[in-house]
Amino acid sequence: MIEFRDVSYSVDGIQVLSDLTLRVAHGEILVLLGRSGSGKTTTLKLVNRLVTPTSGQVLVNGKANDQVDVIQLRRGIGYVIQEAGLFPHFTVERNIGLVPKIEGWPEERVRARVQEMLQLVGLTPDLASRYPHQLSGGQRQRVGVARALAADPAILLMDEPFGALDPLTRDELQREFLLLQQRVHKTVVFVTHDLREALRLASRISLMEAGKLVTVLTPQEFLKSSDPWASAYVHAFGDGLESAANRGTS
Amino acid sequence: MNLLRFFVQNHTQVLDLTGEHLRLVGWSTFFAMLIGIPLGILIAHRTQLGRPVLTAANIIQTIPGIALFGFLLPVPWLGESAERLAILALTLYALLPIIRNTYDGIRGVDAAVVEAGRGMGLTESQLLFQVELPLALSVIISGVRIAVVISVGLATIAAFIGAGGLGEFIFRGVAMVDNRVILAGAIPAAILALLADFGIGWIEKQLRPR
Ligand SMILES: Nc1ncnc2c1ncn2[C@@H]1O[C@H](COP(=O)(O)OP(=O)(O)OP(=O)(O)O)[C@@H](O)[C@H]1O
Ligand SMILES: [Mg+2]
Repeated sequence: MIEFRDVSYSVDGIQVLSDLTLRVAHGEILVLLGRSGSGKTTTLKLVNRLVTPTSGQVLVNGKANDQVDVIQLRRGIGYVIQEAGLFPHFTVERNIGLVPKIEGWPEERVRARVQEMLQLVGLTPDLASRYPHQLSGGQRQRVGVARALAADPAILLMDEPFGALDPLTRDELQREFLLLQQRVHKTVVFVTHDLREALRLASRISLMEAGKLVTVLTPQEFLKSSDPWASAYVHAFGDGLESAANRGTS
Repeated sequence: MNLLRFFVQNHTQVLDLTGEHLRLVGWSTFFAMLIGIPLGILIAHRTQLGRPVLTAANIIQTIPGIALFGFLLPVPWLGESAERLAILALTLYALLPIIRNTYDGIRGVDAAVVEAGRGMGLTESQLLFQVELPLALSVIISGVRIAVVISVGLATIAAFIGAGGLGEFIFRGVAMVDNRVILAGAIPAAILALLADFGIGWIEKQLRPR
């Protein structure tokens, strides 16, 4: 589905990513876990070509992503960022319906799709006419997810989508996201620095450190791992992680 | 009440000159927007061009009004018509605030929002017309407002080269040492400036993104 082949990226003489090789399988939630500056966001942006590798290749659906039209590539990939990056001058409805609209869907179909998406992410239809600044942080984040799903992309990139939320709302959105994923089966790359979130959501966790991929493990493996970076994470987060990992898979 | 009587007696001329004045300001603002907004957009995206363009516009701004009119007088096609000349000079003066505000407005759009749009597959022109320009619009209009207010004042100098406008009264009044005549030009000019400031300011407020 997505494949990084020996990808390196440097900018202004800084080596941001080195020799990244990673495969994301169809329908899985691959979590990129790592501390600030480890290169998670850059890795994500390689997929939709907001960043182009200095060397190596990124394949999306079996094709090198620099061999396809970049606009078409991006429209086939949902993108959710922290604080949602919603267009402040568009209503919720226009935000969610934007990609379908520019893809030329008829107006009726766009409107129906927006309603469907609102329901999917647990928002009431009356929010459609509001502006982003009239929503709570949790609602904005839901709109961000709805917008990314609107054109039904097979791939979803999520960059700390729940990072700025309070613990209760975050918990709620994580739970709903897992339920949602059972219905929509997207191939998801999910960035976080929160191990608890990673254990709960991930099919596999790829741990990054200083621009390198340290290891790729399932949540269960991660907890037992003897890898120094992985166990450092487990120690830093302390007790109660088992239950986080189990909640996700159950 | 001398002044009031003067206005009543000369009201057709006051109106004519006000009309001329507005025509000078209107056309020059139009041309300055036509050049300044695209240029501002360009330098907001190609930032290495920003400094030279803004510096050039700045330098034009520092040339004294009368000198600029004087410089342009010998230019062939332009020199033939005082109005053309005045419009060109006023256009040059109006460029800086319009370029500057367009540049600032576009650069001020939240980079995360633009990147989100790009990541979703908006083309560069869709990004410009649907995201950057709408979000920068109130700042751009604010530049236009500044340009218009400056032009209303500067256009009084156009009378110096015979291009008409309310400056006619001012120059005539100075020559005649008659304050009434000076005020007959200065007061309508001040009112025009205030109206433009208020009116365009109102539009600007309506367009300000929440
Ligand atoms: N355009 C750029 N110019 C210079 N340095 C960059 C650029 N993009 C990324 N970097 C550097 O690359 C490193 C990785 O950045 P990246 O945004 O991928 O980290 P991250 O893992 O997402 O961090 P965070 O958790 O804080 O979001 C950082 O040290 C950053 O400063
Ligand atoms: Mg990041």
